[in-house]
Amino acid sequence: MAERGARLLVADDNKVNRLLLTRSLELQGHVVASAENGVVALQMLRAEAFDLMLLDMEMPELDGFGVLEQMALDGKLRDLPVIVTSSLEGVAHVVRCLELGADDFLRKPVNPVLLKARINSSLEKKRLRDQQKALVARFATSEVAEDLQQSGFALGGRRLQCTVMFSDIRGFTSLCEKQPPEETIELLNTYYTLMFDAISGHGGVVNQMIGDGLMAIFGAPLPLSEPELAAVRAALDMQEMIEMFNHERVAMEKEPIRIGIGIASGEVVAGYTGTQQRATYTCIGDTVNLAARLEAHTKLAQRGILLDGETQAALGDRVPVEAMGEVQFKGKGARVPVFAVRAQAQR
Amino acid sequence: MAVFAELQDAAGAEFVAELVGTFLEEAPVMLAEMRTAQAAASADGFRRAAHSLKSNSNTFGATRLGEMARDIELGGLVADVAPVDALEAEYQRAAAALRELIRG
Repeated sequence: MAERGARLLVADDNKVNRLLLTRSLELQGHVVASAENGVVALQMLRAEAFDLMLLDMEMPELDGFGVLEQMALDGKLRDLPVIVTSSLEGVAHVVRCLELGADDFLRKPVNPVLLKARINSSLEKKRLRDQQKALVARFATSEVAEDLQQSGFALGGRRLQCTVMFSDIRGFTSLCEKQPPEETIELLNTYYTLMFDAISGHGGVVNQMIGDGLMAIFGAPLPLSEPELAAVRAALDMQEMIEMFNHERVAMEKEPIRIGIGIASGEVVAGYTGTQQRATYTCIGDTVNLAARLEAHTKLAQRGILLDGETQAALGDRVPVEAMGEVQFKGKGARVPVFAVRAQAQR
Repeated sequence: MAVFAELQDAAGAEFVAELVGTFLEEAPVMLAEMRTAQAAASADGFRRAAHSLKSNSNTFGATRLGEMARDIELGGLVADVAPVDALEAEYQRAAAALRELIRG
């Protein structure tokens, strides 16, 4: 496990920030080097091996955005995890950092507990990514390549076990009526960037977007060890990001937005549907319908995240939930138990 | 001063005392940079120096100083020196308070 004693680089032009971050990281057992601007940081990244970089945005010579752009162009640096630490104001900066490939964003002054959690999660993600890359490379040269050569791309589904998530913005239609369409598009772009980041960060795949709603699958097409837990963690991250985003909107005297999320687990039929020219990976079945019903039910239940019984059972006591009783959904024969993720579970 | 106590808790009192020392050396430089940038009408330098001062003030829990620096950062370059004078006066007050805090 690379969590102990990783090699980290701190890039910050401000001496107080540099010293404090270095100290915090050393206390966590890491080996830390530092750079006082973007040019020096890139030189160091190219000269030595690092596991992760903490990057400030406002810097002379070359700023953090410039560093991220340069890294994206460099095959050797593209996959190095970067956590942005900045006191720049505004969600727009956060979104831009994430779009440029940063893993995470921490606002200054950096909370040492949050810093530790984010670093460990980034290092763990990097480890999994490296592992997955090695796996795919192995498969692509043997089984997948062979299969594609023999049978080509095939339409049609197969049965598998996975977790399905639906999410949408509450009161989106009335929000659209109150603001110019340009503003709505901008809102949707920011919203989708944040949601995609939360979902893919936990191994999920967004497979449908309709207006303000989206559907995501966990555990397919790539298997996940615990798709239920991954989906719920992604949902918690999504709610946290929306809260952060709302902070920004309220400061700009805009209406805060709310999202509802429904999650269900079970058997689905997944595969490529469409035509030979244009196909999409999707899944259908009762589980998918249930997740959609749960998402719609969040409004009535006045809860942000609702789960079905199967998802809840897989979580055990790792995520606190509230039993909401049994609900009769349209198109479902029997009443089904519904659970809400407790607000305390949201960091 | 909850922020300051938390900082001491997380990083160690001795280290924080050194860090305050660094801040007291760096902050006058930032204030001077703001004045130079103002005289040269350099919006970028002006904003960046205010940004740095804001960031460090918040680290030590000097909230009022942080807010004043933030207002200047977000307000952009102005010719009027009064806001920087007020910021400097508040810095002197915060610096005295910080010296008091590290003396324990």
